[in-house]
Amino acid sequence: MPPASRRPVPHVLRDGFRVLRVAVRAEPRVFTISVAASAVYAAMTVTTAQVLGWVTQDVVLPAFRSGHTTAGALAGAAAAVTGVALLKALGVAGRRFYAGVMQYRLQARYRRAVTRQYLRLPLAWHHRHPTGQLLSNANADVEAVWAPIAPLPMAVGVVFMLLISAVSIMLTDLAVAGVGFLIFPAVALLNVAYQRRLAPVATRAQRLRAEVSEVAHESFEGGLVVKTLGREWAETERFEERALALRDANVAVGRIRGLFDPILEALPNLGVLAVLLIGSLRLEAGAMTAGDLVHVAYLFTLLAWPIRALGWVLAEVPRSVVGWERVRGVLDASGSLPFGDAALGEDKAAALEVRDVRFAYQDSESTGDGTGGNAGGGARTVLRDVSFTATPGRTVAVVGPTGSGKSTLTSLLVRLVDPADGSVLLDGVDLRDVRRGGVAATAALVPQQTFLFDDTVRGNVTMGLDVPDERVWEALRLAQADGFVAGLADGLDTRVGERGATLSGGQRQRLALARALVRRPRLLVLDDATSSVDPQVEARILHSLREAQSAGEGGGATVVVVAYRKATIALADEVVLLERGRVTGRGTHAELLRSSEGYRELVNAYERAEAEQETVQDRDGDAAEDESAGGIAGGEEAVA
Amino acid sequence: MTALSERAADEGALSTLRRGLRLTPEFRTGLAGTLALALASTAGRVVVPIAVQQTIDRGLGRPGGPDIGFIRAAVLLCALAVLLTAVCAYAMNVRLYRTSEAGLAGLRVRAFRHVHDLSMLTQSGERRGSLVSRVTGDVDQISQFMQAGGLMFIVSIGQLVVASVLMLVYSWQLALLVWAAFLPLAFALRRFQRIVSAAYTRVRERMGDLLAAVSESVVGAPVIRAYAAEERTGGRVDATVEAHRATQIRSQALVAMTFPTSELVAAFATAAVVVAGVLLGVGGHLSAGRLIAFLFLVTLFVSPMQTATEVLNEAQNAIAGWRRVLGVLDTVPDVADPGEDGVTLPRGPIEVRFESVGFAYPGGPPVLHEVNAEIAPRGRIAIVGQTGSGKTTFAKILTRLMDPTAGRVLVDGVPLGRVRFSSLRERIVMVPQDGFLFDASLADNIRYGRPGASDEDLAAALAELGLADWLDGLPRGLDTPVGQRGESLSAGERQLVALARAYIADPDLLVLDEATSAVDPATEVRIQRALDGVTRGRTAISIAHRLSTAEAADEVIVFEAGRIVQRGPHAELVARPGVYAGLHASWAAQRAL
Repeated sequence: MPPASRRPVPHVLRDGFRVLRVAVRAEPRVFTISVAASAVYAAMTVTTAQVLGWVTQDVVLPAFRSGHTTAGALAGAAAAVTGVALLKALGVAGRRFYAGVMQYRLQARYRRAVTRQYLRLPLAWHHRHPTGQLLSNANADVEAVWAPIAPLPMAVGVVFMLLISAVSIMLTDLAVAGVGFLIFPAVALLNVAYQRRLAPVATRAQRLRAEVSEVAHESFEGGLVVKTLGREWAETERFEERALALRDANVAVGRIRGLFDPILEALPNLGVLAVLLIGSLRLEAGAMTAGDLVHVAYLFTLLAWPIRALGWVLAEVPRSVVGWERVRGVLDASGSLPFGDAALGEDKAAALEVRDVRFAYQDSESTGDGTGGNAGGGARTVLRDVSFTATPGRTVAVVGPTGSGKSTLTSLLVRLVDPADGSVLLDGVDLRDVRRGGVAATAALVPQQTFLFDDTVRGNVTMGLDVPDERVWEALRLAQADGFVAGLADGLDTRVGERGATLSGGQRQRLALARALVRRPRLLVLDDATSSVDPQVEARILHSLREAQSAGEGGGATVVVVAYRKATIALADEVVLLERGRVTGRGTHAELLRSSEGYRELVNAYERAEAEQETVQDRDGDAAEDESAGGIAGGEEAVA
Repeated sequence: MTALSERAADEGALSTLRRGLRLTPEFRTGLAGTLALALASTAGRVVVPIAVQQTIDRGLGRPGGPDIGFIRAAVLLCALAVLLTAVCAYAMNVRLYRTSEAGLAGLRVRAFRHVHDLSMLTQSGERRGSLVSRVTGDVDQISQFMQAGGLMFIVSIGQLVVASVLMLVYSWQLALLVWAAFLPLAFALRRFQRIVSAAYTRVRERMGDLLAAVSESVVGAPVIRAYAAEERTGGRVDATVEAHRATQIRSQALVAMTFPTSELVAAFATAAVVVAGVLLGVGGHLSAGRLIAFLFLVTLFVSPMQTATEVLNEAQNAIAGWRRVLGVLDTVPDVADPGEDGVTLPRGPIEVRFESVGFAYPGGPPVLHEVNAEIAPRGRIAIVGQTGSGKTTFAKILTRLMDPTAGRVLVDGVPLGRVRFSSLRERIVMVPQDGFLFDASLADNIRYGRPGASDEDLAAALAELGLADWLDGLPRGLDTPVGQRGESLSAGERQLVALARAYIADPDLLVLDEATSAVDPATEVRIQRALDGVTRGRTAISIAHRLSTAEAADEVIVFEAGRIVQRGPHAELVARPGVYAGLHASWAAQRAL
């Protein structure tokens, strides 16, 4: 499934090296320091063995043979051992610290870059990418890309260590060196084979871990539905299936680990034993000393562990390459929203014109299953040939059945998305020609789904706009939110929590409304923005909006309002009826009532239901006696 | 009772472990065998020092030249020992992974099920992420410890013990010297670990901030664009990224400083061994081979010390993970299924009676007072009232998502608490306002209400609800993917699916909690009318702030401040001055032009 496992190994390695090169180019200084420290560590590791060989040959064995020693010899031995260790420790500390610095700097740099890109890319791009995927791009994927950086300096040091070890043992004795040339390449190759076999299995386990987490997340999020329909057992089965798959994948990882780890540990030990045997023969032949023997045996013991660092880097490479592709997918994403340089006016209400607009949602693409796999769906057209105008200061209501494209239309009006065909114009200027920030400064949208930031009430209303508190209070008053905000412990400074969790739905909606009003927008777009508010409060909001508008406050905005309720529609000078993505009627409420069957059905639904209800109730009253005797059938007839 | 149990949090680490093991019997199968294999495999680590000592003392040290025959025999024997321990290590690893993974999968599934068994109140008291991590990350911490840290711990202890024993055999004086060098380090490591673990905790906290900030920039994308808040949001993200990086680098500095200390201490020990060993050897108390073997034995002390911090951290995390998982399992569901002993309700229209029902959230003021109500079988009831008046609480108690804190609820004369969940959930279904959908097709989501329903059943159900036109308007019909949480559909469409899902479950009592609040009036009325038809013969209770529902109901129950203040048919209530007349007036005013 993941692209990395399908790809031939040389490509993965080549791509992996390319990623590492990016890292080295980005942090050349830190990388150099960490590699230099690693080289010190490598050199000192080899030196340690040499020192012990020397101590054995020139201090220990003479003393044991002759029965006496000198303080100078002992002090020299002790000083050499500790001195070398001190340098080695410094090398280790430097290597580890700077490797970490490099890894964390790269992570931070790419997290910033990815998030900036999220903020820069148009909403249409966001529509095509699931939220969960974007979050993991910025988190897990960025981490995976730079995971090989932590062991990288060590691995470079190890290469160096192997080179000087080879020279060191060849200078000691060629026959013994032969053992080393047999054992260590074997360890290195075996480790590469190990990591290569482990990587796909470990990746699979990783993916299953994510799936287990997704199932749990979705299941708990839908907990209320699970409960109300009594589907706990089915959910548990769904989860168990994933959990058992994860168990099997983890056991598979364990089997590979269990096989390779003991072999990798045994090989250098066998090497030491071989050195003892061959060394003894060479010693008998007078070709090497006991000190040389200790030196080489000790060196083998020391090399056993570091040599595996090569494998650690390689182990991370496939994940790193996949992560890099995903991160690049975000960073290279084009289709940024281009801006023009036209400026919009500043004081009076804006003139809005929607001209022959068509809009389609692209089917979502997910970098997880590659590109183009099941992209057969294509686009889903939501709006077709939509045209209407709103002259300055006027209010237009957009009315239509569920799923007719009203919310999509509102997002076009404030240029969250661009139309596929046609154009949206403010004061005669195509929104695409307006300079960056111009539309947001002119038009404000209150969306159907409220979003609050984990910030204070003030921060959520102003969103960084520099306005005095009086303006904030004024907006809160218009939105009927001043009352509850005044009652909060810290007033405007109260933090609302993640997504505004500490507030009720209606309170959140009123803050979102205040957020729009505080900007005194020249175009105000309300998308069913009071659905969670009590009818009485809603009535007050509508009343204050109407007053503000007639008083010319906030520059007397042009308003587009998506509404179902007649009281809201009553605010409108004109009504646009939207059905299945097309404008099927335009005019005043009264005109549409006369001319459009669909409109009548929509806005008079309640009255009609009420009228019918009264007749049904009358008949129900008559049928009541029947029902107690005759059962259900009578009732059904009554509605039929 | 509503919060997750804190019992495990107050326990000592050992009793947490003991209880955890008791709750996960899979771990204990063959544990002794696995431990024995682990010890056998650590014994292999002293083979090399022994071989070195034997070669030097008895092979090379023989007067008159090396005894190659002996050396060959010794080396072969040792090689055999090395291979044997490798086989032991393999067997141990496989057993360990098998039992630990089996145990953890079982634990995960039990904890998952238990989360669903907890009441809504308990569930909503926890952050959702925290519940998820109890069946994912927390269990992973335990597995990580068992397969890496815990194993390393056993191996390290084994290695230290075996090396120490051999040292004592070779020379007790040098053994004491080595111990004297490493003992202070062992104590220092405890402290290091505490400091390092505190640093890691800060890293995790900053990571949480970072994820929250990044998620705002993704989830809040429309608002950020509509209000040109890109720079501001970017600044907030940058700040959290920087804070996270700073804590990472600080903890890295700590680790980088502590890690090489064991190498240094080993060097001191080696130097001391050389000096003391030579002096002992000169006195004739020690052979050269034993002294050299000591140099190799000292290296066996390094890796346990180097990994100690990591092992202790993992142990700490694993214990914390155990505690959180046990915290779920320890929590007794406050709304419990009576199970086998419970009553199974016969099918047929349901009658409901509330007797002096009161409810208060834990630590909060009462939100329902003395609610008495009878709902006749086949009754169609509308519940109205302002936000916060207790309507939804009433519905949640009726569907036993919560239990009342006073009084009782009877269905068909049976106390609600005695009805088996399997029966209750089949007979009484609620449609909540926010119709959560699963990331699957439209068909799968509706079928969730009745597994096994055919596509024809689904289409028929939608048609019965008056939604055939809507279905026809979807290009991919029942195969339409709804996206995560159903977000590819509009808010109103999600409600339609949720309604169809409940409807196809075919309950005898249907409770609608503002289930059509985001749907257009014509569709709402159409659904209302369709429901009137199809719910004849069932009991239906609707909560709505659009009063069209109330007008159509047999009876209206009016809530105010947690009490039922009025009830009766719409026509009667609207004619009397009172709460309902007031609500209706503002509703009517909204409709009027």
